[in-house]
Amino acid sequence: MIRIEPRAATSQAFKLGLPVLSAVIALLAAAIPLAFAGANILTAYGEMVKGVFGSLFAVSEMLTRATPLIFTGLAAALAFRARLWNIGAEGQLYLGAMAAVAIGAGAIEAPSYILVPVIIVMGCAAGAAGMVVPTVLKTRFGADEVVTTLLLNFIVLIFLQYMLEGPLKDPMGMGWPQSAPILDEGTLPGLMTRMRVHSGLIIALVAAAVAQVMLSRSVWGFKLRAVGENAPAARHAGIGVDRTLLSVAIVSGGLAGMAGVSEVAGLKGYLTADLSPGFGYTGIVVAMLAGLSPVGVVVAALFIASVFVGADSMSRSMGVSSYLADLIVSMSLLCVLIGGFFARYKITRSAPTKGEAS
Amino acid sequence: MMDILNILMSESFWAASLRIATPLIFGVLGALLCEKSGVLNLGIEGIFVTGAMVGWMAVWLGLGLWGGVLAAAVAGAAFGLLHAILTVPLGLSQHVSGLGVTLFATSLSYFTYRTALPTVSSPPKIESFRALDIPVLSDLPFLGPVLFQQTAFTWLALLMVLLVWYVLNRTPLGVAIQAVGDNPDSVDAQGLSVYGLRIGAVVAGSALMALGGAFLTMSAFDSFFFGMVNGRGWICIALVIFASWRPGKALLGALLFGAFDALQVRLQTEVGALVPSQVFIAAPYVLSIVALVIAARRADYPRALLTPWFKGQR
Repeated sequence: MIRIEPRAATSQAFKLGLPVLSAVIALLAAAIPLAFAGANILTAYGEMVKGVFGSLFAVSEMLTRATPLIFTGLAAALAFRARLWNIGAEGQLYLGAMAAVAIGAGAIEAPSYILVPVIIVMGCAAGAAGMVVPTVLKTRFGADEVVTTLLLNFIVLIFLQYMLEGPLKDPMGMGWPQSAPILDEGTLPGLMTRMRVHSGLIIALVAAAVAQVMLSRSVWGFKLRAVGENAPAARHAGIGVDRTLLSVAIVSGGLAGMAGVSEVAGLKGYLTADLSPGFGYTGIVVAMLAGLSPVGVVVAALFIASVFVGADSMSRSMGVSSYLADLIVSMSLLCVLIGGFFARYKITRSAPTKGEAS
Repeated sequence: MMDILNILMSESFWAASLRIATPLIFGVLGALLCEKSGVLNLGIEGIFVTGAMVGWMAVWLGLGLWGGVLAAAVAGAAFGLLHAILTVPLGLSQHVSGLGVTLFATSLSYFTYRTALPTVSSPPKIESFRALDIPVLSDLPFLGPVLFQQTAFTWLALLMVLLVWYVLNRTPLGVAIQAVGDNPDSVDAQGLSVYGLRIGAVVAGSALMALGGAFLTMSAFDSFFFGMVNGRGWICIALVIFASWRPGKALLGALLFGAFDALQVRLQTEVGALVPSQVFIAAPYVLSIVALVIAARRADYPRALLTPWFKGQR
């Protein structure tokens, strides 16, 4: 009979190899929908690689795409570590973006060394507020944060439509539902001439490094991990579980808000309702591929960004639906999930013994 | 105030309430069945999308309306099986697996639709379910329009409420499903298969969810478009907690929700000038959160919900 037994220890190589293997399997599995769509598979893969690594511009586009994914990936990774299921990064991203344009599009006039930090702080605060609400509903009323954060995503999007048709609407926008542009003083500077990649990427990398150190070296990180591993035991040990969850909510929501600030103040310049093609949800996949490690998030975000940029470019040249990218991303999540099982358990075969009490 | 009374008295309001509630009835029943066996199925949002797309496409390909219903149910069951394998024998995180199924089912449905119909400007329409025309009954005042001029699909939903209630409360199978969600060890001790019961419940529940999606493209509308599910699956997850995992209360919750939605659409035309329309559009989502907050503490959770169980490990 087949038995499932926990592994005593998971080797480091397994932990590192697992997400890579999952990513490769998901990429290979994309051949099935590609064949279904009638495309030449080898040409399609070639186009994808060319779309990401074919030129300096292609690489810079990939880095641009990875920037918000690092933020939302970190938001999910830290929250999930504490078993706080923040599925609301999409909404928090838009809250951050709304705060950025509310302040940065002319409300305050200041030199950039003041305006940029103010925009960042307020954007993070707005995102954080978006996660504090469901967390308080969880700790005070026991309302499941998975459902509340998911529903809040829809509420924020509807609020965004209202803001873009009302208070935040650009008077010079020819009637389009979009905000006024962020002032030059409020814009995150670009990193390369004639490329779209911007200093939001640097902030994202710093955030990942800080998160890694905080998680593994600080008291806060210790409490966070303790709450995530066993909340009742943590409470018994005198750790304020609710307070820890609240602090994780602030950091997680703040990071998701920063994704919105970075997109609007670093890339687009103004806010529309299609600022994010699901960066919040994709951040969950990034975090899972990263094994919830902040440094891993950077690598996973680069991979997912490559999939999106590569598949976009391939679909433009070959006429295959660009939903292929979402398909690959979702398959890599399922693969890494299944792989996680084999990292923790082994399946052994044993002959059934007589009279065995099951 | 008179306006609200007028609305509440009108046949069209109650007919619309039941119509809006129908996909939610399927979804809440499906989620309830999964959770009763101890498995949270966050794949629901994606399974709704799949049901909507597959049901529509089956009819568009000429399989007929009931062929479409069947195809949607089978597609939903397939994604349910995926979620069940990941969460039951493999015991993986029900949260992450469910979200993974939602992302996978959604992207696969969108990709399939786009691949089958690469360059359509307006989505093609099908001949959707028509309002019933039952002699005498459909002509009754008030009850006729509210109940007997709905489509057969709505009646299927009401039938499913009875069926799920009956199976859960009046059959040995239902008792076993409830037990496996409360105390899998006791079920195992009786020699029943924990895996089999849970997988079966998740597959059946997911098929029901897909019917909720199929109702959207085959009865409420007559074509498929992107983003049409729009959080209905998540609302169902909130409604299950509100209903405290009881089929009767689930029907009531879905109907209340449908009535509220029908009311807000009508109020919007009455006081639209005074209040921004977004207040009304956001109301269902806000209401779901409020319902969740009210119900969360006293809800009667299946005790083994979210807890994986492995054979031979106590």
